[in-house]
Amino acid sequence: MLVESLVVSGMIFVIGTLGVIVRRNAIVMFLCIELQLNAVNLTFVALSRYVGIEGQVFVFFVMTVAAAEAAVGLAIIISIFRHYETVDVDKFNLLKW
Amino acid sequence: MELDFSHQAHFIVALAPEIILSVLGIVILLMGVSSRRPEGAETSADLGWISVLGILAAALANGWLYSVTEVGTHSMIALDGFALFSNWIILAGAALGILISQSYIDRQGLQAAEFYGLLIYSTVGLMIMAAARDLMVIFLGLEIMSVAVYVLAAINRRDRKSAEAGLKYFLLGAFSTGFFLYGIALVYGATGSTHVSAIAESIAGGTAHSALLVFGIALLAVGFSFKVSAVPFHMWTPDVYEGAPTPVTALMSVTVKAGAFLAFLRVFSVGFPDAYESWWAVLWWMAVLTMVVANLVATVQVSVKRMLAYSGIAHAGYLMVAIVAANETAAAGLLFYLLTYTLMNIGAFGIVILVSGQGEERLEIEEYAGFGWRQPVLGVVFTVSLLSLAGFPGTGGFMGKVFLLQGAIEANLVYLSAILVLTTVASYWYYLRVAWYMWMKDAPREASTQSIEVPIAMRLALVICVVLIVYLGVFPGASMELARSSVEGMSGVGPGLIGLAP
Repeated sequence: MLVESLVVSGMIFVIGTLGVIVRRNAIVMFLCIELQLNAVNLTFVALSRYVGIEGQVFVFFVMTVAAAEAAVGLAIIISIFRHYETVDVDKFNLLKW
Repeated sequence: MELDFSHQAHFIVALAPEIILSVLGIVILLMGVSSRRPEGAETSADLGWISVLGILAAALANGWLYSVTEVGTHSMIALDGFALFSNWIILAGAALGILISQSYIDRQGLQAAEFYGLLIYSTVGLMIMAAARDLMVIFLGLEIMSVAVYVLAAINRRDRKSAEAGLKYFLLGAFSTGFFLYGIALVYGATGSTHVSAIAESIAGGTAHSALLVFGIALLAVGFSFKVSAVPFHMWTPDVYEGAPTPVTALMSVTVKAGAFLAFLRVFSVGFPDAYESWWAVLWWMAVLTMVVANLVATVQVSVKRMLAYSGIAHAGYLMVAIVAANETAAAGLLFYLLTYTLMNIGAFGIVILVSGQGEERLEIEEYAGFGWRQPVLGVVFTVSLLSLAGFPGTGGFMGKVFLLQGAIEANLVYLSAILVLTTVASYWYYLRVAWYMWMKDAPREASTQSIEVPIAMRLALVICVVLIVYLGVFPGASMELARSSVEGMSGVGPGLIGLAP
């Protein structure tokens, strides 16, 4: 079971990574980052069965932090939407990226 | 006093500086919302001085912690010399950062309470990160710091550039956190623990799952490299540094980088010394790339702010050398270098804040033509900071590089040392070009000749920076001795591994 869960979570992580690199919509990029974090949660849970219960505790830490990050991140996305009327990161070109 | 963490009060003692700062942050925020006077110059100055006083109180607590010893190394947050010295660096950066940002906050009309509150929270996060012995605690410290700094980068809501910098920093910061966290999960799976000493024991004992471990170490290295902005993970740095409000840029390039490097060093030299073969080559190449690319790109910049951003990346390359060397000499050199780097970068950014006038204009190098003769004192301050950044003999930056080189030579990293010296010489060009503009070129006729008012807080910060830069350059002995004793017994890399380098 362990190998299968690790492979699945690894695949989810790669999907999230590719999504951040390929997609240009700030909200979708953010969504993909959350996908990465959830892949990590899955890894922790899968491993905790063999390693120890701490793994499941870490998942709560990650979820809390992800929630805090979401609050700040969406606020920043709103603030940039007020300036540009778009969330397409290719349109933000004052800085060279 | 001895702490064995058998009693709840021991935790409060061990975390005294962090607790003082957290309370300070809450107090500042409450004062901001409850002050009767409307937000203005006076309120922001009051809040600024209170923040500085609070940071001094935390520094006092930090000094007092030298009289406290902890038993064993099993706690999640360390109370060793390394953590205490890191706290000095981070607290100094935060206090100087507050001093140089006061006038900027007034003229940009930013919310002072939020600015200082977030700055203090980011300081708390960095202190936790630098002292953490557990990967999960490092992650928590990293996020406390990051969430505060994302907001700080975007704090100027009226400025498009600031919003853009905030978004870029947020997206790439969260992205790199994902890698960092996946690295923690894999290391946890491979070694069965997230505590650096337990990880080291597991690797030394050969019970770690090697494939998972190597993946985990690689992902952790990627996460850290994003945070310290090492090439090839540096793409966000110039844009974010250029777009963020200048005091925030100063803070990001100083304390944030310092905290990331300190955690980087602790994890890799305490946690993974027995896996040295699997990571040193990658970090060796990253250090080389960082030094070469950043110094080359910095030479063609026309904006002083962006030039300082690339200079920050170049300095990350120099500091990476200490991580690759992974011995005590290099670790002490890293501490000393981070201290001087804090002072010289704050000095340079302070002048950039003063010159940029009302907002974020006048950042081009041409604006500095004749600046030295118009404002001799500020010119001297800027020149000293630039010379120190370049590593000119007689300044703290020079001694820092000497100590880094000592560590690298001790680890037999001959090529890396040679590249460090060569890129330093190349960096003289772009630092001295600014100094040349200041002293050797005449100002254009239409330039405003009005002299710049220097507020008292800024004055204090600049004087402290220059005096300490020169002091550390001329009499580095005492501070270096302190740094050496701070890292004693911390680094786990034995002499058997040193000498593997080409």
